[in-house]
Amino acid sequence: MIKSELIEKLAAANPHLFQRDVERVVNSIFEEITQALERGERVELRGFGAFSVRNRPPRQGRNPRTGDAVSVKEKHVPFFKTGKELRERVDGKA
Amino acid sequence: MTGKTLTRADLADAIHRDIGVSRQESAQLVEAVLDMISDTLVKGETVKLSSFGSFQLRDKNGRVGRNPKTGEEVPIDPRRVLVFKPSQVLKERIDTALSK
Repeated sequence: MIKSELIEKLAAANPHLFQRDVERVVNSIFEEITQALERGERVELRGFGAFSVRNRPPRQGRNPRTGDAVSVKEKHVPFFKTGKELRERVDGKA
Repeated sequence: MTGKTLTRADLADAIHRDIGVSRQESAQLVEAVLDMISDTLVKGETVKLSSFGSFQLRDKNGRVGRNPKTGEEVPIDPRRVLVFKPSQVLKERIDTALSK
């Protein structure tokens, strides 16, 4: 399923809303999550999962082709931990 | 890094603010979106959200694990797990925002 299919589904379930607004609803949710992560905050959606930012400290890496040492800067990467209920459901345990 | 945590209520507020539907309906819309994504994943189908990321399923083989405390061997059954792969856009936005 891609975003446009999610929007279609949500529009079908909410015929009183304009398609344009349904599109904005979906975008608003993921934009809000993104902005929270940009501030370094967590987003916890019980039963679904939690988004957070993990810190990768700076390290000394190597160019695999030349073997030269290169310094890799500190990195901030998004991370998602699946919630208990969804974890059990995708595994067919619930 | 602040310790703040957003929840469903904050997402509903954003919808209420951005689209102008009632708070109650905003909350229902957040739930509907999460349910639709979850139900799709439970069917074993990937969910791709452009410029955000994709939720994919991965089938793990069974293996012999070990209780780290007791050293005891415990069988781990094959299982299906959900993984989130952030999009390049999301990774760049977060790293840029937090690398200042």
